[in-house]
Amino acid sequence: MIPAAFDYVRATSLDDALKRLATAGGGAKAIAGGQSLLPLMKLRLARPETLVDIGRLAELKGVHRLPDGRVAVGALTTYDEMLRDPILRHYGLLADAIPNIGDVQVRNRGTIGGSIAHADPASDMPAILLALDAEVVARSSRAERVIPITSFFEGAFASVLHDDELITEVRLPGGRDDVGSAYRAIEQPASGYSIAGVAAVVGAHDGTGWRYCAVGVTGVGDHPYRAAAVEKAVIGGESLAQAAAHATDGVTVASDIHADREYRTHVASVQVLRALEAAIARLG
Amino acid sequence: MAIDMLGKRVKRVEDQRLISGAGRYVDDIKLQSMAHCAILRSPYAHALIRGIDTSKARLMPGVLDVMIGADIPYNPLPMAWPAGGSAGLRNNVNTPRALATDSVKWTGEGVAAVIAETPEQALDALEAIVVGYDPLPAVVDAEKATLAGAPQLHENAPNNIVFEWAVGDKAGTAAAVDAADVVVRQRLVNQRLIPNPMETRGDIGLYNPGTDEYTIWMSSQTPHIQRLLLAAFVMGVPEHKIRCISPDVGGAFGTKIFTYADYPIVLLASKRLGGRPVKWIEGRRENYQATIHGRDHITYLEVAGKRDGEVTAIRVKTFANLGGRLSTIGPGIPTTLYARVLSGCYRIPHVYAEVVGVYTNTVFVDAYRGAGRPEATYVIERAMDLFANEIGMDRAEVRRRNFIAPEGFPYENPSGLGTASGGAKIYIDSGNYEPAMDKALEMAGYAGIEKAKAAARARGKYLGIGQSSYLEVCGVAPSKWIGAVGEGWGAAMWESANIKVHLTGKVVITMGTQPQGQGHETTYAQIIGHELGIPMEDIVVQHSDTQGTPFGYGSYGSRTSSVGSTAAIKAAAKIREKARRYAAHMLEASVEDIEVEGANYFVKGSPEVKKTFQEIAFALDLAFDAPEGMEPYLDETAYYDTPNCTWPFGTHVALVEVDEATGQVELVRYVAVDDVGNKINPMIVDGQLHGGIVQGVGQALWEGAVYSDDGQLLSGSMLDYAIPRASWLPTLELDETVTPSPVNPLGVKGVGEAGAIASTAAVANAVNDALKPFGVKHLDMPLTPQVVWKAMQSTKGAQA
Ligand SMILES: Cc1cc2nc3c(=O)[nH]c(=O)nc-3n(C[C@H](O)[C@H](O)[C@H](O)COP(=O)(O)OP(=O)(O)OC[C@H]3O[C@@H](n4cnc5c(N)ncnc54)[C@H](O)[C@@H]3O)c2cc1C
Repeated sequence: MIPAAFDYVRATSLDDALKRLATAGGGAKAIAGGQSLLPLMKLRLARPETLVDIGRLAELKGVHRLPDGRVAVGALTTYDEMLRDPILRHYGLLADAIPNIGDVQVRNRGTIGGSIAHADPASDMPAILLALDAEVVARSSRAERVIPITSFFEGAFASVLHDDELITEVRLPGGRDDVGSAYRAIEQPASGYSIAGVAAVVGAHDGTGWRYCAVGVTGVGDHPYRAAAVEKAVIGGESLAQAAAHATDGVTVASDIHADREYRTHVASVQVLRALEAAIARLG
Repeated sequence: MAIDMLGKRVKRVEDQRLISGAGRYVDDIKLQSMAHCAILRSPYAHALIRGIDTSKARLMPGVLDVMIGADIPYNPLPMAWPAGGSAGLRNNVNTPRALATDSVKWTGEGVAAVIAETPEQALDALEAIVVGYDPLPAVVDAEKATLAGAPQLHENAPNNIVFEWAVGDKAGTAAAVDAADVVVRQRLVNQRLIPNPMETRGDIGLYNPGTDEYTIWMSSQTPHIQRLLLAAFVMGVPEHKIRCISPDVGGAFGTKIFTYADYPIVLLASKRLGGRPVKWIEGRRENYQATIHGRDHITYLEVAGKRDGEVTAIRVKTFANLGGRLSTIGPGIPTTLYARVLSGCYRIPHVYAEVVGVYTNTVFVDAYRGAGRPEATYVIERAMDLFANEIGMDRAEVRRRNFIAPEGFPYENPSGLGTASGGAKIYIDSGNYEPAMDKALEMAGYAGIEKAKAAARARGKYLGIGQSSYLEVCGVAPSKWIGAVGEGWGAAMWESANIKVHLTGKVVITMGTQPQGQGHETTYAQIIGHELGIPMEDIVVQHSDTQGTPFGYGSYGSRTSSVGSTAAIKAAAKIREKARRYAAHMLEASVEDIEVEGANYFVKGSPEVKKTFQEIAFALDLAFDAPEGMEPYLDETAYYDTPNCTWPFGTHVALVEVDEATGQVELVRYVAVDDVGNKINPMIVDGQLHGGIVQGVGQALWEGAVYSDDGQLLSGSMLDYAIPRASWLPTLELDETVTPSPVNPLGVKGVGEAGAIASTAAVANAVNDALKPFGVKHLDMPLTPQVVWKAMQSTKGAQA
């Protein structure tokens, strides 16, 4: 449990960090809270030549409202900071999910940027951001681009992010009053990661049915995904239980020693149903 | 005036240091010029070693030495406890070498060791060692390993069989089974567990070239035994040339009883470096791969009886997985400590058990908290439920019908405890099982359970209740039993204590037992404070160093309070007697006229004419006035060998709720009524029960070591091996009955393992009960949501 040798630099600014990543040509890795990277390094599964510590870059921290009403969450914002933030308190699904992520230390150190950059197929935050239709702002020394979260994840531990890019910010839609949100998960007891974790945002009932539904699922496929078939069914007027049965449509469901394909497929639907019901209950 | 603390909830004196980070574990010890060792472990479960190239590693920065199997001049590690007791029984023994030479038998077996200036350099250099392996097919399942065509691990063990051992009356049991009204048959898997002490293992070897002596600091439960085994069996060095020191030990649960490969490695490494100390500290993944695992039985159970609830026979065949090579007492666990106590607290006339010890491509299996007795309790307590359900009788009533009656003691059980070959007669000396069961059922609301079940159903939950009425063999044990070849480990099991009284009246007690967090420094001080009438603060308890402590067999098998404490009491009696003689001299009275009350020694009838313990100690130490023939100083050693084990018992009751949609199980209540005899410190007893119960619950619901078919440990870290968390558990509701043990003066029985022995079966029974509406008869552990949900699916509609 001792990492292979590596060099360490503390970035003095975002530009400094980006320059260092650009010149390292893949041999360098950014470290934020270190909650995913360090365990991998200790197992010697990751062996960066250089760690570029971005952890103290104030420009990547904090939550604020953008002029258009959306909410910008700095990449270095920790779970604990998100939980306490007065703007984010509005998002029911964050309040559901964050207290169950890791432990106190993990929530004090782990960041939103690190969570999505790491692209663990069972991480909670990606499902939430999917259900919120978030956008990821990524910057390199060459350019800045905005990536819709729905096209961010490519596979297990794989995303569209380039080696020389850093996430600077995650943008959430401003809260709307006519939707409710919730997060429900069944955890793998040893790791605490989700066997199936589901974020749901539902609302805009027009008297005949739900006009808005977004469902993000983690732990089930090789990367977190939007359960489009569920959303369509809800908006199409199917019962929530019928809709939830589509939780894994088109997805190759993962299987491991904790949950095989059959069980995981089943509990994905159960969690979808529970998240939908809880989101709707929040509407009052 | 001293306050007598015996039996009180005294706060543990060691906690200030252990909780505030001031404890001193092996890894806290940093010696001058210390080098560091790392061990290269096999990535294959089964392979021949073609060759090992260490040349690159030797050139790595900081590397001082690289050793492979061929460099090690020592014998393989010892196996001290063969299965035995019947004529013609063979144990096909294969034990590990310090480093493997020709082949590896499990992923994690050590093949090379690097010694370097820093731990980092040692780990870096491991990566530069090139081992040529010829992989072989592997087998990890004990039953499959015995079948024709299975991969073979050892030439001397056809069909991978270590031994085939049986106990009990075969013909009588067969006849009883044949004649029974009802026979229930069930295959039970007691899954493999990883013990997980908070401190992994580790050691520091130090060779002194000036004196040709070896010192080893080890995280061990048994420093004296390790010295003996290393000297006599492994290294061929005389015993007085080895010193073993166990500093603070951060939990053990059995794993630190044994002789491990790293002991000779660090000692040899230090010698090869001319006497530089060499430290090895085990990583957590290494601990999972290379320190013993527990349990791992596959059992075919038959329970036979009458429709009125009387159980007339139990017959089992158990495949016990012992791993790729044998650990120090591996074969003793599923034989003596399992099959001989199968009938538990029941008076079952016929018991027959066959145990097949099996090699597989997995790490060795040995004693883990409870060691054989949790496995036995699981079998008999599942048997009671299965039988009761089959005949449609209340599960508690079936137990009540079959308990050994309070007037039925001493009781010799039919699985041979009483007839151990050549050894002592071991019999169950005392017990009173019904009151403990009734109390537990009452606390758990057993009478109103059907109502509670209906209420749970209305919430989408299935409530289940399960009990486990256990019997523990504690205080292991009389030398004439465990010392009998073939029954135990051919060595003794007595304990020792030395008490020295300083001039100031302060007392040092030095024990042969070895704490691992149990609080011995507190409980011994309570006992000796009581015996000598002095405050606990005047007593310090020492242990753990073969230089300076009398020989002792160490701490495991819940033996310290019954065996070790009795040695301490005997030593205190000798001290008191000498003090009394000296008091007579000081008071110019005859010894017969001196009475002792607490710390006061006075002439009968005139308590004001007295000398205190302190005054006597002072005078005896200075000794210028000592009478002719009396040795100066108060310093007494006593040894104690118990005539029998102790027999704690009790009933635990678990209530669980199963979520129909997900199969998730919640333990909603846990009630435990334990009879551990008298208590030295009830708070420490509670703590032992809490920990033990939770470990047992862990087995029922969450824990399981999983190997892939090709022998990779899939549950290879805490990311995949689920240890219970406090937040998953209800408040444990503890109560007691008290039936003092007749074999020791304190009337104590021991409690280190009771919780773990009882709780697994209680929770498993509760979950199976909850699933009764689905027609489920038996599910194997761990009862994960997936297991439970699938059972509900496969039998859905079996019963509304
Ligand atoms: C004990 C434990 C329990 C956990 N339990 C859970 C759980 O229940 N649910 C869950 O979802 N997660 C869990 N986690 C994971 C945790 O949420 C993540 O480790 C954490 O959020 C990652 O953030 P970090 O800042 O620590 O990332 P780091 O470990 O510093 O980095 C992770 C990866 O992201 C990259 N990176 C970091 N920041 C950026 C950035 N701004 N731009 C681009 N790349 C970046 C790094 O280069 C690295 O590759 C757990 C972790 C631990 C240790």
